[in-house]
Amino acid sequence: MTIPTNYFLALSGVLFILGVLGVLIRRNSIVILMSIELMLNSANLAFIAFARAFEAHTGQVLVFFVIAVGAAEVAIGLSMIVSIYRSRGNIDIDQISQLKG
Amino acid sequence: MSTQLILFFILAVIAILSAIGMLVSKNSVYSAMFLVLNFVTIAVLFLLLNAPFIAMVQVTIYAGAIMVLFLFVIMLLGTDMAAEGISMPWQPPIAILLSGALILEFAFILFFAQQDVLPQIEAISAAFGSPQSIGKLLFNFYLLPFEVTSVLLLVAMVGAIILAQRETG
Amino acid sequence: MNGAATRDLFALAPLIIAFPIMGLVINLFIGRRLSERWVGTIASAAVGLSFVTALLQFAALQNTPDGIRVMVADWISIGTLNISWALKIDSLSVAMSLMVAGVSTLIHIYAIGYMHEDVRLQGDPGRFTRFFIYFNLFVAAMMILITADNYLMMFVGWEGVGLCSYLLIGFWYEKGKDGIGNAIAGKKAFITNRIGDFGFLIAMFLIFWTFGSLQFDEVFQSAEGAGTTVLTLITLFLLLGVTGKSAQIPLFVWLPDAMAGPTPVSALIHAATMVTAGIYLIVRSSVLFALAPATSNLVALIGAVTALLAASIAVAQFDIKRVLAYSTISQLGFMVAAVGLGAYVAGIFHLIAHAFFKALLFLSSGSVIQGVERGLHDSGQTNHETFDPQDMRNMGGLRSRMKITFWVYLIGGLALAGIPPLAGFFSKDEILADASENSTLIYILLTLAAILTAFYIGRQIFMVFFGEPKSEAAAHAKENPPIMTVPLLALAVLAAFGGILNLPTLQSLSKWLQLTLEQVQHTEFNVLVALLSFVFALAGLAVAWRVYGSQRDAADPMRRFLGPLFDLWENKYRVDEFYDWLFIKRYKALAFTLAEIVDWRFLHDWVHDTLLARTFQRSTRWLAEGFDLQVIDGAANNLARLIQGIASRLRTLQTGYVRNYALSIFFGLLILMSYILIQFSS
Repeated sequence: MTIPTNYFLALSGVLFILGVLGVLIRRNSIVILMSIELMLNSANLAFIAFARAFEAHTGQVLVFFVIAVGAAEVAIGLSMIVSIYRSRGNIDIDQISQLKG
Repeated sequence: MSTQLILFFILAVIAILSAIGMLVSKNSVYSAMFLVLNFVTIAVLFLLLNAPFIAMVQVTIYAGAIMVLFLFVIMLLGTDMAAEGISMPWQPPIAILLSGALILEFAFILFFAQQDVLPQIEAISAAFGSPQSIGKLLFNFYLLPFEVTSVLLLVAMVGAIILAQRETG
Repeated sequence: MNGAATRDLFALAPLIIAFPIMGLVINLFIGRRLSERWVGTIASAAVGLSFVTALLQFAALQNTPDGIRVMVADWISIGTLNISWALKIDSLSVAMSLMVAGVSTLIHIYAIGYMHEDVRLQGDPGRFTRFFIYFNLFVAAMMILITADNYLMMFVGWEGVGLCSYLLIGFWYEKGKDGIGNAIAGKKAFITNRIGDFGFLIAMFLIFWTFGSLQFDEVFQSAEGAGTTVLTLITLFLLLGVTGKSAQIPLFVWLPDAMAGPTPVSALIHAATMVTAGIYLIVRSSVLFALAPATSNLVALIGAVTALLAASIAVAQFDIKRVLAYSTISQLGFMVAAVGLGAYVAGIFHLIAHAFFKALLFLSSGSVIQGVERGLHDSGQTNHETFDPQDMRNMGGLRSRMKITFWVYLIGGLALAGIPPLAGFFSKDEILADASENSTLIYILLTLAAILTAFYIGRQIFMVFFGEPKSEAAAHAKENPPIMTVPLLALAVLAAFGGILNLPTLQSLSKWLQLTLEQVQHTEFNVLVALLSFVFALAGLAVAWRVYGSQRDAADPMRRFLGPLFDLWENKYRVDEFYDWLFIKRYKALAFTLAEIVDWRFLHDWVHDTLLARTFQRSTRWLAEGFDLQVIDGAANNLARLIQGIASRLRTLQTGYVRNYALSIFFGLLILMSYILIQFSS
């Protein structure tokens, strides 16, 4: 028997929420970036599960694009962190709050 | 209980635990390693979902290239033990509270809302998810987005170089 | 002459007014570049052409005796008020315009010579052109007055001649007593006339109020229907206008002072034409006056009293022109008395005859004055400042030195005295005959005036032309050039033979005016009255000859004889002083009261400074401090403070922490999800 799609979706949801918690709780910007990758992955899992459920390849192709965009995002994000570290000497996300009203 | 289901539960537990590990590790190197474990687990799940090509891509790009990049930056900056003081003491409780609410909503959708929107999975053809069919789709119907993606990557590369380079002037 | 030709001739009627205007416009624009001779010729020719046009109208009227209304333009059209610029050509207006244009032409020609000398004697040759511009303007205004078809148009002419009179009396405005005497004389004439104009205006309002129209024909047609009271009021106010313009009691005081103008002005305006406007107005409105017997009686009485009063003043005057001025007032009194008695034809007849001989007398007196001035110049005397060339006490014996002037003066004087067969005899006699039939009182008054008339003109002639010269200037006096004497001769002919206009049996003027005037009394020639007046005239002259004929020194024998009465006459019954005391002083006191107490203390100090200014200050202070600062500024400040407060609280939301924003996004996501769930699960 095949595994029901709902199980995958539930796992995807749990992983997504864990990613959200990572973003909301951690102050290390590299870990926050990792949490975003986790959220992307949970979404990918949901895509793949739906693709199997509907027997459509489109979902898999979309995951391919998501991975490509994620790679680009990580490249930019990490280079920004490097840049911030150079100017401020740390990567604490809470230190970057010049826009405080 | 089929072996597939047992395998799913084992993988699910590993994925969740590795995610929690990433979340709570003080050392960001550990976080990265937990995330690699998570990605690999998900790649196995992709295999279970008849997506061998995506599983390969997941392992090579995510678990390989991207996580190496992370580790490389962590090493470069030497911030593996970045200070994690408490700047907003009320933020974590609220975040957990809201996360709980979201989980409840997910649970409601998955187990109590209408169940007949998803088709029953009878038998899946062996050709489904094969690299050939994915490739055909990618290079025929999705050719333009594919090329745009390459441009996107190029832009990201250029941007990363500009952002990361030292001030020359 | 056929009808079409008549209509064509009538179409020329506006030219009566247009020619003088053209003349004045030409002189106004290019007069300064022309020689005096050209300026005078243009002005005289303009008036002469006007006279020719009037003659053509006369010819046209032979065919259309009822007269015609010549439309020129619509003027005022407001509601029911419809006034056209139209000319009324009938026997009355044509007779008047012939007289005015004819006499004016002669006076214009005379003025060329007179003003040539006068502007040099007074020291400003540049005013020669100005004089003729005023003169032409006067003729144009007079023609508007005469040919007017309605009261308003007549009023325009009425005011126009008043203005010209003012301008010409003050022609040498920087001369006269204290350097402003002439200007004051002009002002006096103008203001006195304004009082009369006020009466005319009120009468005009009443006419429009009563009849709804100002046009003569319409008013006269419905005059019967109007009440006696309103008609009496209208005619009384018209009478006020008449007394102003025709120098009757009580508004006659301006005319003697008007002698300040150059002598041709006195001849034209203050003897022959303008002052007759009042009589013309009464004759024109004869329908109204006939329906208001009370006013008519008053008119006759005013005329008779004025005639006697002015004649008595004339007896005691020494200024040659002032004697003539009071004579004019007196003769105007005769005319007014005549029209007041309803003898309109007699009034107009005397008006025309008087125009001839009084213009002649004035022009001759001008000739005398200039002759004396020239004599003063030639005698080498230097007392130009103190010597008065108009004072008859400085004259005498001019008979031999100025022959033409003497003879024409004699003709004019005898005509004035009423010696047959000169013009004055017939016209005056007709008035006296009318008076003898209607009112004994007026007849007596007028007869007394006639005796005095003969006496004062005889006195003047004997003082000026007979006896020995009483000054060096008189001894050296010289006759004037032909340009002045020829018009004198022409006027002398008119004065001598003007009587044939209305000879007792022919009654040609009566028949002519009967075409226009409804009520024309046919007064039979009264032999007794005529004989009596002739005898009285001779007696007056004889007394004058007895008293002045062989006078040697400057002292007036009558002063000894009459005593205080002579002084009273010489001082003109002190009317000027009386008016000054009665009106001017009261007026000044009133004006002072108004200025000092009402305007300054009440209006300025109390109303403006105390009431308005302080109230305004207080209210503005309250507005500024109480309202603006408290309410408006308070509202603005509190609104700003409110927004500031809200903002200072809201700004804390923008913590600058990325994680915080992410939390907000997450919260928003949760809300959205809840909404979707609630929406789709129900």
